[in-house]
Amino acid sequence: MPGMPRVSLDMPAVEVTDLRKRYGHVEALAGLTMTVGRGEVFGFLGPNGAGKTTTVKLLLGLARPTSGSGRVLGAALGDLEARRQIGYLPELFRYQPWLKAREVLTLHGELMGMPAARRRPAADEALALVGLADRAGDLVGKFSKGMQQRLGLGAALLGEPALVVLDEPTSALDPVGRVDVRGIVRSAAGRGAAVFLNSHLLSEVEQVCDQVAIIDHGRVVASGELDTVLGQAATEVRLTGITESDLPAIERFGPPTFEGDLLVVRPMDDALVPDLVSQLVAMGARIQEVRSGRSSLEQRFLELVAGDRQPAAPPNGQGR
Amino acid sequence: MLTIARLTIGEAARRRVLWVLVILAAIAVSLTAWGVSSLVSSARDNGVTELDLKFAVSQVLIFIAFMFGFVLVMTAAFFGSPAIATDLENGIAQAMLARPLSRGSYLLGRWLGLAVVIVGYAVVSGFLAIGVVGIVSGYLPPDPILPVAYLAGQALVLLALTVLLSTLLPPIAGGAIAVVAYGLAWMAGVLGKVGLVIGATTLVGVSDASRLLLPTDALWQGVVFGLEPSFVINAAEGQFVARASPFFAASGPPPVIVAWSVVWVVAVLALAVVQLRRREL
Repeated sequence: MPGMPRVSLDMPAVEVTDLRKRYGHVEALAGLTMTVGRGEVFGFLGPNGAGKTTTVKLLLGLARPTSGSGRVLGAALGDLEARRQIGYLPELFRYQPWLKAREVLTLHGELMGMPAARRRPAADEALALVGLADRAGDLVGKFSKGMQQRLGLGAALLGEPALVVLDEPTSALDPVGRVDVRGIVRSAAGRGAAVFLNSHLLSEVEQVCDQVAIIDHGRVVASGELDTVLGQAATEVRLTGITESDLPAIERFGPPTFEGDLLVVRPMDDALVPDLVSQLVAMGARIQEVRSGRSSLEQRFLELVAGDRQPAAPPNGQGR
Repeated sequence: MLTIARLTIGEAARRRVLWVLVILAAIAVSLTAWGVSSLVSSARDNGVTELDLKFAVSQVLIFIAFMFGFVLVMTAAFFGSPAIATDLENGIAQAMLARPLSRGSYLLGRWLGLAVVIVGYAVVSGFLAIGVVGIVSGYLPPDPILPVAYLAGQALVLLALTVLLSTLLPPIAGGAIAVVAYGLAWMAGVLGKVGLVIGATTLVGVSDASRLLLPTDALWQGVVFGLEPSFVINAAEGQFVARASPFFAASGPPPVIVAWSVVWVVAVLALAVVQLRRREL
């Protein structure tokens, strides 16, 4: 953003340290520390009430932190200048029902400080991006919820902002719309924007995010690259005919352990699974089932946050 | 701020509020013309003197102004009380306030847009009514601009109050409080006038205090004064019934009260901005 001294291109898109927010007796955020780099798609996950939307509101200056510090695009939280470069789709998306779709976006262009001549073309580009080009002249009040969410997505992407904050961007969309959003998020990141994706749809996050943070009770419980958060790949073999004393023979595949009738080798390269199976058969094992891979984000999420909420969580919590 | 003001005026137009106001104004002015015309022709048929007729028409005009003033105040309450609260409740405000738009600009823009609509309605309807009465009866107030300006001022004061309440309360609660406050201020003004005539200093004190808290009644006195012919003011000098009447004013509001009204609106809007800035969205 040339000519905007408070907004720095060199600093991370988002950087917060020990951010806390208290609403009366409720601690919505209990010391949040995280960094979102430029051009990154950052998935921000957590169960209901974990503090996701509170975080978004603090980043945008819609609420004030009780303590802690943060910078967005190099500027202080809530800085008006920085907001010129932030696109935001609220969780509760609602736009003036008496305006036409294009008018909503030209209004947002005006509020962003976009030159008058640029507003309409930018609005039309954004509408085309979210699949509303043919509804540009229709009143927003006549739109379905899904179309309103698409419009909100268009508003968030208007003018190619440096940071796009999407709070549950697919909550009202059908499966086709969800696929579209994934493409839109990737394309925004492709042009260098940082995308802060606040969602509880784990498959969605898993498919588009480079980095994730999982938040629970107002604290980050895991963060980093998706691969790191998901943990190491493992192989599980349900078998009989092998005992603890046989394990040293298969240590070359990775550290083996028994969990009931399940032999678990973690970490282990997926490519070695056939060799492991051959070795076990040669050792006299009778194999009933072989599973290999990494935890899905959903499994990892449940491990991290569902312990005190779902006592019936899967017994072999480190499943595939 | 001007973007939000324009948006607010556009909303009034798109939601057909402007058309409704235009139609209501046309109906009110037509009925006024018909009523005053009937009054004048009946009076002349019955041999009423021109002076008495002038008096009668001026009183009818003051009564019409009272009703119109009440309509304007209600309009201000209806427009102002949801201005911020509804946008916050349904999330429209959050989407806009995440842009480089300060909360002060947003709130003042909302007030300004509504103020333009209400003042426009007051000016068009007020001058049309005065003009039509002038045409059918021959009576024109000494200074027609004054009563219209005070009527609009009353509405702007109440609009500021409702916008402040809109940052604190749901729309219905804010609107109800504003209308009740307006009614109480008007009654306090009436009691104050009675107190002045009978020498009840407590009543006068209550009235003065109420004018400081909500200066709508002081501005109403300006409306009445602006619509009265000078001979009525002279004739009422020393007359108990006239001087105690809410429909009579021996003088307009003192400049200090007018200045206070302006300060009051600015202070209330400043308070509203502070309150909205403090609010978590």
